[in-house]
Amino acid sequence: MQLPAYATKGLTKVYGEGRSAVHALRGVDLEIPAGEIVVLLGPSGSGKSTLLNIIGGLDRGTAGEVLFRDQRLHEMSDAELTRYRRDHVGFVFQFYNLMPSLTARENVELVTEIAADPMDPDEALSLVGLKERTDHFPAQLSGGEQQRVAIARAIAKQPDVLFCDEPTGALDSATGRSVLKVLADVNARLGSTVLMVTHASSQAQMADRVIHFADGNIGEIVENRNKLTPEQIAW
Amino acid sequence: MSPLDHKLLRDLWRVKGQAGAIGAVIAVGVLMLVMMTGLVASLSETRNAYYDRCRLADIFAPVARAPERLANRLAEIPGVSSAQTRVVGRALIDVPDQTLPVQAQAVSLPDRGRPALNDVFLTDGRLPASGRSDEILLLQSFATAHDLRPGDSLRATMNGARRSFDIVGLAQSPEFLYTTAPGELVPDDARFGVIWMGRSGLAAAYDMAGAFNEVLIGLARDASENAVLDEVDRVLAPYGGSGAYPLADQLSNRFVSEEISGLEAATVGVPPIFLAVAAFLLYIVIGRMVQSERQEIGLMKAFGYTNAEVGGHYFKLILAIATGGALAGCLGGIAAGRALISVYTDYYKFPFLVFQLDPASFATGVAVSILSASAGGLLVLRRVFALTPATAMSPPTPPNFTRTGRIGLSLNRFLDQPSRMVLRRLTRQPVRMAGSVIGIASGMALSVAMITIYAGFDRTIDLTFSVVDRSDVSVSFTHPISDKTLFELVRLSGVQRAEPVRNVGVVLRHGLKSHRGVLIGLPAAPELNRALDADLVPIPLPAHGVVLSDVLADMLGVSPGDTLEVDVREGRQPLLELPVAGTARTLLGSPAYMDMEALNRALREPRRISGAYLNIDAAQSDRIYAALQNMPTVAGVSVKSQARDAFVALMNQGAGAIRYVMGAIAFVITFGIVYNAARIALAERSRDLASLRVIGFSRAEAAFVLLGELAVVTVIALPVGALLGYYLSFGIAAGFSTDLYQIPAIFDPVSYGQATLVVVCAALISGWLVKRDLDRADLVEALKARE
Repeated sequence: MQLPAYATKGLTKVYGEGRSAVHALRGVDLEIPAGEIVVLLGPSGSGKSTLLNIIGGLDRGTAGEVLFRDQRLHEMSDAELTRYRRDHVGFVFQFYNLMPSLTARENVELVTEIAADPMDPDEALSLVGLKERTDHFPAQLSGGEQQRVAIARAIAKQPDVLFCDEPTGALDSATGRSVLKVLADVNARLGSTVLMVTHASSQAQMADRVIHFADGNIGEIVENRNKLTPEQIAW
Repeated sequence: MSPLDHKLLRDLWRVKGQAGAIGAVIAVGVLMLVMMTGLVASLSETRNAYYDRCRLADIFAPVARAPERLANRLAEIPGVSSAQTRVVGRALIDVPDQTLPVQAQAVSLPDRGRPALNDVFLTDGRLPASGRSDEILLLQSFATAHDLRPGDSLRATMNGARRSFDIVGLAQSPEFLYTTAPGELVPDDARFGVIWMGRSGLAAAYDMAGAFNEVLIGLARDASENAVLDEVDRVLAPYGGSGAYPLADQLSNRFVSEEISGLEAATVGVPPIFLAVAAFLLYIVIGRMVQSERQEIGLMKAFGYTNAEVGGHYFKLILAIATGGALAGCLGGIAAGRALISVYTDYYKFPFLVFQLDPASFATGVAVSILSASAGGLLVLRRVFALTPATAMSPPTPPNFTRTGRIGLSLNRFLDQPSRMVLRRLTRQPVRMAGSVIGIASGMALSVAMITIYAGFDRTIDLTFSVVDRSDVSVSFTHPISDKTLFELVRLSGVQRAEPVRNVGVVLRHGLKSHRGVLIGLPAAPELNRALDADLVPIPLPAHGVVLSDVLADMLGVSPGDTLEVDVREGRQPLLELPVAGTARTLLGSPAYMDMEALNRALREPRRISGAYLNIDAAQSDRIYAALQNMPTVAGVSVKSQARDAFVALMNQGAGAIRYVMGAIAFVITFGIVYNAARIALAERSRDLASLRVIGFSRAEAAFVLLGELAVVTVIALPVGALLGYYLSFGIAAGFSTDLYQIPAIFDPVSYGQATLVVVCAALISGWLVKRDLDRADLVEALKARE
C-alpha cells in the first residue's frame, strides 16, 4: 500500500507563553493520501494556515510528529527543511510573490535551476496557458496571469506536493476559475498532491477530500465522491 | 492625542533601527561642528582670561643695560598705562641624570609685592621671601618633567657662577606657555626651564644693580601700539635697546595663537565637509524611507486625509529623527568638547579653563540637519501625493522592470536568475543606485582623506628629520663667532662632520607688513642641514638676496624682485635692504634663507657663524656632550632624536590630535552609510527574499541576491570614493596646515589601500548584520498579504 503523503500525530502549535498563550493547533492527528486534491476549510484563526505552514516546512510545531512519506519533518534541521522544500514542494501564494525583476520565464527558471528533475520552463508556462507571454515582466501581466506564472513556477519542479494558500483570494471569479483549472490539470497530469487553503466553500467541490477546521483542530473530514471540475463549480 | 500621532510614535518605534542609524550620521556631523567650534571658542577665551588675570604685557622691550630711573620716563610715554622693569638672564640648570645641562631663563620678580605686569600664577608653594637671593620659583612644567618639588634644591649656573637654590614654589606664566630653547623649533618641557627670583638677588648675579635689561609695557585702551613702540625704541636706543616688540611677536604667544588659529582653520574647513556628507546621506535615506511608506500614504488618503495632513504627519516623523540626531550631536559635541578641552588645556598649560560654547554652531548644526532631512522627505512626498487612493486598495503592482529587460540580453546567457535579479535591480533604478554608490563613495572619500592626512603628518615629520636635517646634533653659540671654531668641533673625537650655519634674528618688513623671525644663512652645497622645497629639490641660494618660503612671501606680500627691509636685531643692529631673489614651497615652518657668505657680507661680518650641525659617532655621544659643555662659546646643544620626539608630541597633542577624532568619525560615517544601504535593501526586499526561501532557496542563496547588490554597489563606490578622496584630501590638508607646518596632500597608495579596507570591512560587517536578520526572518511572512 502507498504511504500517505502526510501523517501528523498530536501536532500542537502554541504561540506565546503562560496566560497569553494562543493554541493554534491542539493535537492534530491527520493522514493525507498521496495524489489527492485536499481542501482545508475553516474560519479565520481556525489553524488551517498554521497546519499548512508546518507541513510545508515553513514553520515548526510545538509538539507532535509530522511525517512526509517516511521523513520526519519535526526532526529536520533548517538546512534539511530547505532541501525538503526545494526537492518536493511547490508553493502558490495569495499575492503571487513573483520576482518583479525577472520575466515570466525567468521566474520559472528561478526554480528549475535548483530543482532535481524539472520540466522545461516553457512547457510549464504553456500548461498554465501563458506560452505567448514568457518574456513579459510581472508589471506587464494581469493579476490572473501573475498567479498563473506563480503556479507555473510551483509546478515546474514537478513537485510531489503543491501548497496553495488562498490562490484565488485576490482574483475575480473568471480568472479564479481558470487558476483552479490549472491546479486540477496539474493534479491529473503530474499526480501531485494538491493542498489548498480557502475561504470559499464552493471550491471544496473540486476536492477529493475536504478537511473542516475549527478552533485548532479537525472538525470533520469529508470524502467527496462527486468531484466537480472547476468549470462546474458555482461561485 | 490624535490617531495620527499614535501612528507617529509607533512608526518611530517600528523604524527605530534605521532612525537610529540616520540619527547617528546626523549626530556625528553636528557633534564635530559643535565640538570643534567649542574647542576654539574655549581656548581663545581661556587664553584671553589667563592673559588678563596675569596682566600680560602688550609690549616687550629688551635692552642691554638701562638705569632704573628710565622707568618713569617710559611710564610717561603717551598711551602707556603701566611699565614694569625687570632683569632677565640666561642660566644653565644641572640635571642629575643628564650629561647636558638644561638651558633656562632667569626672570626677576619685584622684591616686594607682585609685578605690575607679567605676574606669575602660583600653583604650589609660595613666592620667594623678600631679600632671600637663594629662594626661587620654578616653572611648573619643567619641575614636573624633572620631578622637582618645593623643598628640593637646584644647582644652576648664572653668568658663569654656579650656585645652589631652594625651590620654594612652582608657577605657571602666560609668557612661558611654550618654552623653546634657543635655536629650536619645537617646545619641550624637559629641555628649557624658567627660574623666578627676587630682583636684587638676580640683579647682583647679572651685574644689573640699579638697572634693568627688559621693560614690559601695558597699553592704555586707545593707545597706538606703533607709536608707543617707536617711542620706547627712541628712549632705550642709547642704552642698547634691541627693539621693542608687541605681544603678537612674543614667541610663546605666537605659538599658542598659531596653534589656536590652526585649530580654527581646521574648524572652518573640515566639519562642514563632514556635515555636508551627513546631510546628503540623510537626504537619500529619508527619501527611501518615505518611498517605502507609499502604501500607507495612499491608504490614509483613501480614508479622507488631505495631502497637507499626510505630509504633516511624515514631516513630523522626519523632524523627530533629524532633531533627535541633531540634539544628540549637540550633547555629544559638548561632552566631547569638554573631554578634549582638558587635554588641550594641559597641552597649552593653561592653569584654569573657561569653557565656552559657540551658540551659532548649535543653530547651524540643527538647521543643516533639519533642512537636509526635510528636502529628502519633501521631494519624495511630492511624488507620493500624485498617487490615487485606489492604488492603495488593490494588490501592489510589481515595480516595472520592462525597461531593463533587454539590457545585456547577450550577457544573460552567462548569468543565473539570482545574478540577473541583482543586475536588474541596479540597472532599473540607476538614480537610486547612484545614490547608494555616492553615499558609500563619500564615506570612502572621508576615509581616504583622513588616512592620507595621517600619512601627510608622518611624511612631514620624516622628511624634516631625515631628509632636510641629516645631522645628529646641532650646536648654537652664545654669539656669532669665527668660523675657525668649526675646526675645534671637528677635532673632537667622535665628530665625523661639522657644518656651519649663520642664523640672524631679524624683523623683515615690506610696506606695512612685518615678520619677526630668523634669517638662515647656509653654506654653499650644505650636506647636513639643507634648504629643500616640498619636492625635496635643493633650493638654490644665489650670491645676493633672500629666498623666502611661499607662506612668508604671502605674509609679507612680496614677490621675487621686490626689495625687503631687513631690520637686524643683534650686534650693531644695521638696517639692510635686500632683494627677494626667489620664493620656494617649503615643508616646514616659514623660513627665510640666504647664502651664508652673502649674509655675512651684507652684515659686514665676514666668516662668522652662529651655530653648527654635527654628525657624531653615537657610541661617543656622552663624551662629545661633555666636551661641548666645556666650550665657553657653546650656548646650547640640541640632540635631533629628542627634537624629533618633541615634534611628534607636538603633532600628536596639539591641533594635529584632532585628526584622530576626525578619523574615528569618518569611520562611523562610512559604516553608517554602508549599514544603512544594506538595511534599506533588506527592508525593500524582505518579501522577495522570504519567497525565495519558501520556494527552496537556501539562506546563502537568498542572501546572495541581497548582498550581491551591496557588493556591486561597494565595488563601484571604491574607485569613485578614491577619486573624491583625492580631491577632498587637498581641502582637508589645507585646513590642517598652519604657518608652523604645511601638511602635504600626498598620493599615498597605502592610504588608499587602508581606506579600501575600511570600506570593505564596513561592508562585510554590515552584510553580516543584515544576513543575520535575514536568517531570522519569518518565512511565513511571505505568505501573508502586504501590510
